Amino acid sequence: MCGIAGIIRTSPNSTNSIAKSILGEMADQIIHRGPDESGIYCDEIVGFSHRRLSIIDLSSGQQPMFSPSRDISLVFNGEIFNYIELRDDLIKKGHQFITQSDTEVIIHLYQEYGLDFVQYLNGQFAIALWDSRQKRFVLVRDRVGICPLYYTNENGQLIFASEIKALKPALANGLTLCKETLDQIFTFWAPVSPNTIFENVFEVSPGQMLVIENGQLNSHKYWDWQFSQDDYLQSSESQQAEELHDLLIDATKIRLRADVPVGAYLSGGLDSSVLVAMIHHYGGVPLRTFSLNFSEAGFDEKSYQSSLIQHLQADHSHLMVKTEDIAQNFKQTIYQTETPILRTAPVPMGMLSSLVRQNDFKVVLTGEGADEVLGGYDIFKEAKVRQFWAVNANSSFRPLLLKKLYPYLTLPDSGQGTYLKRFFGEALEQPDDICFSHLPRWTTTAKAKRFYSQELSAELSGKSKDVMLRSLPEALKQMHPFNRAQYIESKSLMAGYLLTSQGDRMLAKNSVEGRFPFLDHRVIEFANKIPPKYKMKGLNEKNLLKKAMAKYLPAEIIDRHKQPYRAPDMKAMTGDYLGEELRHHLSVSEIEKNGLFDGSKVKFLMKKADSGKALSIPESQALVGILSTQVIIDQFI
Amino acid sequence: MTNVATNNEQLLRDFILENYLFTDDQSKLNNADSFLDTGILDSMGILELIYFLDEELSIKVEPNEMIPTNLDSINNLLAFIEKKQA
Repeated sequence: MCGIAGIIRTSPNSTNSIAKSILGEMADQIIHRGPDESGIYCDEIVGFSHRRLSIIDLSSGQQPMFSPSRDISLVFNGEIFNYIELRDDLIKKGHQFITQSDTEVIIHLYQEYGLDFVQYLNGQFAIALWDSRQKRFVLVRDRVGICPLYYTNENGQLIFASEIKALKPALANGLTLCKETLDQIFTFWAPVSPNTIFENVFEVSPGQMLVIENGQLNSHKYWDWQFSQDDYLQSSESQQAEELHDLLIDATKIRLRADVPVGAYLSGGLDSSVLVAMIHHYGGVPLRTFSLNFSEAGFDEKSYQSSLIQHLQADHSHLMVKTEDIAQNFKQTIYQTETPILRTAPVPMGMLSSLVRQNDFKVVLTGEGADEVLGGYDIFKEAKVRQFWAVNANSSFRPLLLKKLYPYLTLPDSGQGTYLKRFFGEALEQPDDICFSHLPRWTTTAKAKRFYSQELSAELSGKSKDVMLRSLPEALKQMHPFNRAQYIESKSLMAGYLLTSQGDRMLAKNSVEGRFPFLDHRVIEFANKIPPKYKMKGLNEKNLLKKAMAKYLPAEIIDRHKQPYRAPDMKAMTGDYLGEELRHHLSVSEIEKNGLFDGSKVKFLMKKADSGKALSIPESQALVGILSTQVIIDQFI
Repeated sequence: MTNVATNNEQLLRDFILENYLFTDDQSKLNNADSFLDTGILDSMGILELIYFLDEELSIKVEPNEMIPTNLDSINNLLAFIEKKQA
């Protein structure tokens, strides 16, 4: 994980020159991403700055890096895990290398294959490349959105950086909040790509390449999640499990390539347990694991972690998160997320990366992505039950399957099913809606909008769902409903929230790099061909993964009911836990000063929260969403 | 309307207004407003309402009574309470 930033003049009429001092200031904003080294390159057309976290080829991988003739220059954040194989192939084709780094491989790949170079990369990356011979500038981001990359256009210049805060030194008029994006976050938990919470600041979307040539900016998608029922594998379930097993082991092994020690996150859930078991059996490195524990029992998974640590004899460190830690670390967390959040779950993740760094580790493998790729989330199960129910929407028998999904569910119901249908039967009449799987979540989240000010409500177009629909491909209509749910989840919540606010940002804040074997594109492409019936057998989630990996894990890990990772939102944000500083951001005067929310309603929300009454999910999301928005305005606008 | 009924009405109105509409503006809630149709209460809200009836008014709601006819508006609640206390 590194930090990159830069400027390119896109208009020949631009009179703005690129100042090295500005490039330096941009890099200084993201020093946490790469505290080990820095580098700047600047000519009349482009300027690059780089902050390096040294992981591969510690002695000679400095950036910006150039081709021997210096006609190609590049800054790069991330890792190319197959760089050894790519390097060997390129040497066979006559390329000569000066360093052992993966960065140099990218330059030679570009020389060999032009813009198709990205198809050869197996990794996580955000790359800016300048080809001075062709007068071509390229910005490209990895397939699924692990490494962040933002840009904006101003005065004939394109300004880009790994984090939005690094754009600021180059902006004449600073940042302004985008209210339409705020509405997207208060619907989908995250902006619809390529939007960000700031006006005129965009992300390079996962799998997208931007090319500027002759003053023209062109964008194309070089990769996407593809699902086709015609492509489903015809082999047996056990053959598919075996193939998945082998692929995952290779995806894990190449992610252990580093010139520094590599650790792993262990939550106690299936995915991280599988990952840790693979490192233990096939990694050839000492097993070093890190976990979070929570002082509130309902959030803690210690017993499962202990079981696995004992089983695999791992060298383990853990961090106990206390309720008061959430509020105490909230502001610095939001400074890193650079976007409003609706749950406090990123806060402990930032604390966990601090533990990793304190133990002199720079790299961790995590199990992120397994739920999206292999079908693990409750939202997939819920959609399956709702599909089954929708066949006969008036059935009182069909929705009883919900009890299997949520054993702890206590629903007010007379047996007539009125409330059950109202609260869980969202869109039962529209089973063919391409967003059927996600409508209940979006409807629930959108209830937080009741705290909008009248002015904000009047100003918004109310078209967030249309924006989401326009971002989805036509091919979605032909997909199996299970695959549709996977697609939407991967492109919205995973890329927009889990890999950013809860992922990269919480790792990078403490100069730690995360690596994600389940998001190896070979694993994704294979998994997308697995028939849904093998991914979720009945309501047994990640069936094929369990089948593939059962031999390495204790039965209690394989058989446990999935527990989503959560932090104690409500308690942490109320009473004495909240603290004066955060409470000030929620005061009527501060709320009314920014004008986005209704100060009086927020006052009653706080009163309810402080009274100890349980907040509903939308109320809790509203509280965290409002507070984080207030903090964003305070820190960035 | 008796004093008890008036008190119950105000108690219920304040409970709904403060906790689910986040206001003390009495004009924001009509006694005939459906909690379901207006989205005032979600599944947890219904459970809290049932708990509130038990705690504040000693009204025990049986499973077969958990229907909108009894619980879905201030008017429905008042009629239900009257029936239970009869």
